[in-house]
Amino acid sequence: MAHKTIVEDDIDVLVVGGGLGGTGAAWEARFWGQDKKIVIAEKANIDRSGAVAQGLYAINCYMGTRWGENNPEDHVRYARIDLMGMVREDLLFDMARHVDSTVHQFEDWGLPIMRNSKTGSYLREGRWQIMIHGESYKPIVAEAAKKSADKVFNRICVTHLLMDDAKDNRVAGAVGFNVRTGDYHVFKSKTVVVAAGGASNIFKPRSVGEGAGRVWYAPWSSGSAYGLLINAGAKMTQMENRIVLARFKDGYGPVGAYFLHLKTYTQNGLGEEYESKWFPELQKMVGKEYLDPEVSHRTHRPIPTCLRNHALISEVNAGRGPIHMVTMHAFQDPHLEEVGWENFLGMTVGQAVLWAATDVDPKNENPELTTSEPYVMGSHATGAGGWASGPEDVSPPEYFWGYNRMMTVEGLFGAGDAVGGTPHAFSSGSFTEGRLAAKAACKYIDDGKAKGIRVSDRQIEERKDEIFAPMDRYKVYRNEIVAGTVSPSYIHPKQGLDRLQKLMDEYCGGVTVNYMTNEKLLNICLKKLKIMEEDLDKLAAKDLHELLRAWELRHRHRTAECVTHHTLFRKETRWPGYYYRGDAMKLDDENWHVLTVSRRDPRTGEYTMEKAPCYHLVDQNEEKAPAAAE
Amino acid sequence: MPTFVYMTRCDGCGHCVDICPSDIMHIDPTYRRAYNIEPDMCWECYSCVKACPQNAIDARGYADFAPLGHSVRVRREEEKGTISWRIKFRDGTEKNFVSPITTKPWGEGIPELKDVTGPNRDMRDSQLLYSEPKYIRMDEGGLHTLESAGLKMKQGVYY
Repeated sequence: MAHKTIVEDDIDVLVVGGGLGGTGAAWEARFWGQDKKIVIAEKANIDRSGAVAQGLYAINCYMGTRWGENNPEDHVRYARIDLMGMVREDLLFDMARHVDSTVHQFEDWGLPIMRNSKTGSYLREGRWQIMIHGESYKPIVAEAAKKSADKVFNRICVTHLLMDDAKDNRVAGAVGFNVRTGDYHVFKSKTVVVAAGGASNIFKPRSVGEGAGRVWYAPWSSGSAYGLLINAGAKMTQMENRIVLARFKDGYGPVGAYFLHLKTYTQNGLGEEYESKWFPELQKMVGKEYLDPEVSHRTHRPIPTCLRNHALISEVNAGRGPIHMVTMHAFQDPHLEEVGWENFLGMTVGQAVLWAATDVDPKNENPELTTSEPYVMGSHATGAGGWASGPEDVSPPEYFWGYNRMMTVEGLFGAGDAVGGTPHAFSSGSFTEGRLAAKAACKYIDDGKAKGIRVSDRQIEERKDEIFAPMDRYKVYRNEIVAGTVSPSYIHPKQGLDRLQKLMDEYCGGVTVNYMTNEKLLNICLKKLKIMEEDLDKLAAKDLHELLRAWELRHRHRTAECVTHHTLFRKETRWPGYYYRGDAMKLDDENWHVLTVSRRDPRTGEYTMEKAPCYHLVDQNEEKAPAAAE
Repeated sequence: MPTFVYMTRCDGCGHCVDICPSDIMHIDPTYRRAYNIEPDMCWECYSCVKACPQNAIDARGYADFAPLGHSVRVRREEEKGTISWRIKFRDGTEKNFVSPITTKPWGEGIPELKDVTGPNRDMRDSQLLYSEPKYIRMDEGGLHTLESAGLKMKQGVYY
């Protein structure tokens, strides 16, 4: 197959990934760069891509400052508590002070947001969540991005960032291929906003067959946000902070609306409340500062998500499963029943299908819950991602190097899952981060920082050979065997994915080992990942679709490697319920109240790990953090 | 429920191929109709089901945990601004739901930012985004800052 080279030149802002972060970046970039060239490269079709492709029934990050509900710092404290202290509070504060303007725009654009008929404000599901009819959330924000962008390239799998050959550590664009035509695409750009996705399918899923598609995070979230950044030599942070979700069993349907709005609750297989009995022991592991049920009860301070997971996991291990969500009371109310079902139809249709298939009507029966396999992402109750600069009016010196949301590579910005330390951004916060990154990228160009970028033909040609190598390999070695998928000379992407999932599961704290790992296991994990990388050079792709899977696998593998390095570095159990370091089962604030930062040297493949200080928002006059979020 | 395509309804138009976020709806070269080439990478997002003009695509619950004999059908009507669902349980129970998908004629509420008045120097140097601060709060105040909130950033262990 001949692969035509198509060059898109003179781009000012290249947005990689057209999900919520990317659409926000493209939309906003047009305001700050009215004469600038804005281009989006999207792996699928921007109208239905990213994690919000099937819609959402809630916007989980909205302050409601307009209605006197919350201030940005309240949300920062909430995220801090939920993530056991490990967050970038400058980035969180910045996102939270802008996010309402994003949501108000969405409403202007036609997104149906439910209203509280008494107060006129948005209908709250919980303190931070508002309820929407969001089936068309993604097409609506895509429409906005398309209005702002000069060009949208759909079906382009971006594989690598281009680097400036004139100046070290400066970005120069990106390359990839069209998954339909097989054309090689070169995007030469002054700045790049990486808004690609986090990673599902890195750890072995609980499902064994078709059901592997019903992962909690979208199966097309292939860790490209991390693969692209790490390979470009950008610093990463909090990559050990994978997330495990307590969800409806098998369908992984969301529980937020059930807990918060429908007031459903959980019980063990004997019909008993089980969470609180695990808390005394858990308190010894993490300290009273992080888990104080009495204070939580009195002030509505949330119990961190990971610690609630811990109780669920422990109860099941004690033989008192399954855990049930008690829906039978709430669902007697026809309005609440409707909310319960529409919640799934709006964002996880598969859960509705599963209940229909198994005759589970939550009005008559309490459905089962389980904890998922781990996921690596940065916009839910977890904060993996790139080490990005914060805004100049908030960030301390260690967190600031010139441009908001710029990575440690010049001209390279991030949004959504790509930015580390910013959990609880969700859809609206990711869009907001895109807007912030776009404004900063325009400023970077206007300041003359992108002058004299040079990309050699050699760099472009080498990447092209590398990208299409799996197809060449298939062509050469296919006839070595009669038929089938077993070859001594290559592996298919699916076979590689199976290996990655198995080794991450067994050595890095997956579901079959109850999220347990330790130093020895992690070192074996790294060794196996290294050997696997040699086999990734022998990936074979029989067609363009398999070539897409091959590159997704490479991004997942790089993400997994970084996760393992970080998990090894942090010698403590910071988030019981997400994962456990068996050789360091306690939370250790004396040594590990820090953010973990890594950099992989693109030339040698070696990782350097460091600790970065963890700053918190405190009252100006007092040396004490203000009262915890209620 | 990975998706599948009914042979007699599909006319091979390719709308599903165009929209699938997972790149798994492909046209079969022999039958010239669409099918799901990789069910274990199907999220059941229903993007293809909603996009199919022939209602030829349906979903069957994932074989590793969902028994046969159910269906969840959908009709998305952009002109009407609604989405309608019909759930059929294995035991025959039916549930129907209708929700709005938009409150405005498609795309009309979204301005062209290349035509609005551009930012001046002060705005560029400020922390404001497009349309702010009016979209943030109703009172006279501007964007929140550490100062306005009486806060500072401090290293150490705080809860």
